[in-house]
Amino acid sequence: MSGSTPLGYLDAAGARAAAILPLTWFMLIVSIAVCVIIGAVLVRGLRGAQANGGAAETRSVGVSEGPSGIAWIRRGLVLSGIPLLIALVWTMVTLAAVSGPPPRPALTLDVTGHQWWWEVRYNGAQPQDTFTTANEIHIPVGVRVLVRLHGGDVIHSFWVPKLSGKTDMIPGQINLGWLEAAAAGRYLGQCSEYCGPQHAHMMLDVIAQAPQDFERWRALQLKPAIPPTTPAAVRGAALVEYRCGSCHQIRGTLAAATGAPDLSHLASRRSLGAGLLPNTPGTLAAWIDNAHNLKPDCLMPNQQLTGADLSDVLEYLELQR
Amino acid sequence: MKAVQLRAPVVGPDSVAHQARLLQWWEAEGGLKGFFGSVDHKVIGIRYIVTAFVFLMLGGLEALVMRLQLAGPDRSLLTPQQYDQLFSTHGMTMIFLYASPVLSGFSNYLWPLMLGSRDMAFPRLNALGYWIYLASGIFLYTGFLTGNGPNDGWFNYVPYASRPYNPGLNEDFYSLGMVFLGIATTVGAANFIVTAFRTRAPGMSLDRLPILAWGTLTASFANLVVVPAVSLAFLMLWLDRQFGTQFFNTAGGGAPLLWQHLFWIFGHPWVYAIVLPAMGMVSDGLPVFCRRPLVGYSLVAISTVATMILGFGVWVHHMFATGLPGLGMSFFSAASIAITLPSAVAVFAWLATIRFGKPVITTAFLFFSSMILLFVIGGVSGFMTASVPVDWQLTDTYFVVAHLHYVLIGINVFPVVGAIYFWFPKMRGRMLDERLGRWNFWVMFIGFNLAFLPMHLTGLLGMPRRIYSYGPEMGWTTLNLITSLGSFVFASGVLLLLVNVIRSWSKGQPAGANPWDAPTLEWSVSSPPPVYNFAVIPTVASRHPLWEGRLSSPTCSSLQEGPLLDEGRESLGTSAVEASPDMILEVPQDSCAPAVLAAGVAGTFSGLILKSEPLVIVSAVVLGLALLWWLWPRRQLREREPA
Repeated sequence: MSGSTPLGYLDAAGARAAAILPLTWFMLIVSIAVCVIIGAVLVRGLRGAQANGGAAETRSVGVSEGPSGIAWIRRGLVLSGIPLLIALVWTMVTLAAVSGPPPRPALTLDVTGHQWWWEVRYNGAQPQDTFTTANEIHIPVGVRVLVRLHGGDVIHSFWVPKLSGKTDMIPGQINLGWLEAAAAGRYLGQCSEYCGPQHAHMMLDVIAQAPQDFERWRALQLKPAIPPTTPAAVRGAALVEYRCGSCHQIRGTLAAATGAPDLSHLASRRSLGAGLLPNTPGTLAAWIDNAHNLKPDCLMPNQQLTGADLSDVLEYLELQR
Repeated sequence: MKAVQLRAPVVGPDSVAHQARLLQWWEAEGGLKGFFGSVDHKVIGIRYIVTAFVFLMLGGLEALVMRLQLAGPDRSLLTPQQYDQLFSTHGMTMIFLYASPVLSGFSNYLWPLMLGSRDMAFPRLNALGYWIYLASGIFLYTGFLTGNGPNDGWFNYVPYASRPYNPGLNEDFYSLGMVFLGIATTVGAANFIVTAFRTRAPGMSLDRLPILAWGTLTASFANLVVVPAVSLAFLMLWLDRQFGTQFFNTAGGGAPLLWQHLFWIFGHPWVYAIVLPAMGMVSDGLPVFCRRPLVGYSLVAISTVATMILGFGVWVHHMFATGLPGLGMSFFSAASIAITLPSAVAVFAWLATIRFGKPVITTAFLFFSSMILLFVIGGVSGFMTASVPVDWQLTDTYFVVAHLHYVLIGINVFPVVGAIYFWFPKMRGRMLDERLGRWNFWVMFIGFNLAFLPMHLTGLLGMPRRIYSYGPEMGWTTLNLITSLGSFVFASGVLLLLVNVIRSWSKGQPAGANPWDAPTLEWSVSSPPPVYNFAVIPTVASRHPLWEGRLSSPTCSSLQEGPLLDEGRESLGTSAVEASPDMILEVPQDSCAPAVLAAGVAGTFSGLILKSEPLVIVSAVVLGLALLWWLWPRRQLREREPA
């Protein structure tokens, strides 16, 4: 039922989300059962109305004390108490199982929420093993990854339903979460704390890969920018450094600002605008030209490049795989 | 009200001459002065109800526009900013300007009539509460209509509400407006508490109080405790925005989470404050149609109070995803699960009342009894969000949106509409049309469930709250279309109510004093009641004074003979628990001072939003003069201690 929806959480693809599922189903089934039972009791009770011959006038039916009925309250309390107690104990057990961060994580990420994109930092043992990317998290399958969550401006919330419930990203504090994917695949994430006009378009891809694929990806991300070879790409590189470089970074070039998504190896990413569009030369051109048309109120200014400049910029950016 | 010189009230029978004498004291003034000066709780109560319904309609229209935007994927009827202001204003309207004031309206109207008094304890304060509510509502809507409505949701998290991220006037209107509205809630709560403890008819001990009174009394205590928290939070936000204080700014040593604690320590008790009185309406109304007393009166009354007490300890369940320590959260999780129990008491009491009664199916009964099911649906979804790990998935999805609408519409709107069918005859002296009433009920019931039952699934399929648009690949298209259709069906049901009220206002069947053969004091006086409510102050000997003789309870309530109190605008003060007669209370005359005071407060707040010093100063002077005029010592109101 929910397997087909990208953000549904009635199916799990990782340990943290899976640990919660049985409890969720238990509570869901108890809840539905309670509604059905109460509904049935209510309808049965209404049958008493027929005994009055369906009187429309209240006054025509006499008032009487009737049975005290207190036993119903007693029974009702006992009957509701049992599932409540089970849910309570189960909640505590599950909470203990999923809340703590993994003691010795194989991989630690720093993820920062910004209006309206995600900054993802991979921490290596050495500075040269550390890099930053955006809106896309790659993790090796079967490994617990510690995620340190930061609020870059306003409060956001980190949520990858198939892998983990929500943890808020609050300025001034670091919250901890963790991810573990059971199988390779692409899992959608979404900001789940209202953070401004483009809260709707603040999505994230978590890509779980076999360990060797993950290492290949990481090695690629660690490389500096690919130098331009054609004249158009050379012109494009200069434009990117001059124009884009006031907010963005492409490692190994003069573009070294950190206020906006890191564009190193941009062409290797799946999406643009935090999950808004698939990343193709066409959509990239449209985005650079008029981002506000695609994502109203976003903080990326429209660039108003000439057609020639735009195609030079594209040629250079498409090189950055 | 003040105690006047010591004398024992004359006890005697009701008579035409006596009523004429009372009318001399109580007759309302006409004209503008009468309009702005009225302190009659019945007038104020109806004003509250009508105003709250206007806001309900406005909030409903906002919802319908949003449902058009969300009816299909990638629709662009609204810009993101328009959508943000709409959902924020919708929440603000329904929660603050409809749900609580409408209950205040009913309690204002009904309390003195149910309790056997001639007015509230502080009639002028009562008038002030209404004028402040009206003025703050207009103030908040001025923001919205000038494009400066709140845009950060009704719970308004910082830092997004702070100036660097929200430079417009939107959040200034919202923060000042909420401080403004808080005054109305606070004075109203104080008035209800004193009224409940000091003005009940002789003999109406606490265990004979209608459950509606228990609900409103409990809610009033809660409001008195928690409204300061939210007023403070909004004041701090405004100071952060306008004066550079750093309460919520991380860079200045502040903490965004402080906002959430201050807001939710108010917010959750508030939720109970806007459902407990409505549950009280069901507890009082349902038994009338089941032709028997409520099952488990004492347990229901106690569970009302217990809900509120537990309700003070659950606010963190709105903050399970904020990274608080697990041990702390587990306490709040346990409290949130445990709070189901007092609610279960009420549910089983209602069910048993129906089962062991002889239900007569009227429109009011349909609204009251269907509320039980809606209450349970809203309750079990709340139970699911009470579990921390489960809530990490559920929170901020449409599951929560469905939950809160079952709570607010199921436990507030349905009982309130039932209460309109039940008490409209008392207020207007005419019955609402029953046939139209059935249509009204079924259209609302079907529309509501069509809109909000599938929404649980939308949430389970992952749709986040507060997104202005979604893609077709997300799998929410059909469900959203159903919800949008349901919302329009529901809205037409509300429209039918309006049609019924307008038609029956002048054309309804005459009601008589007690059309439902109900047991409580408000039904012992004519419909609509005389301006002084009770010609003689009744003396009460049981929970069901008008059913005496038919039940096994004592049968010595006295409704036609009692304290006459006709030497002025007087009512009887009684002791807090036993309600034994204590003193004669002087009820103040009509006065425009509350309205002028409210205008002064409104001017002050407007000056603050406009940053206009002259306006602030002039308004503050008006405010001060109105206070002086109001509080100026008068010989006839001279207070004397009872012997």
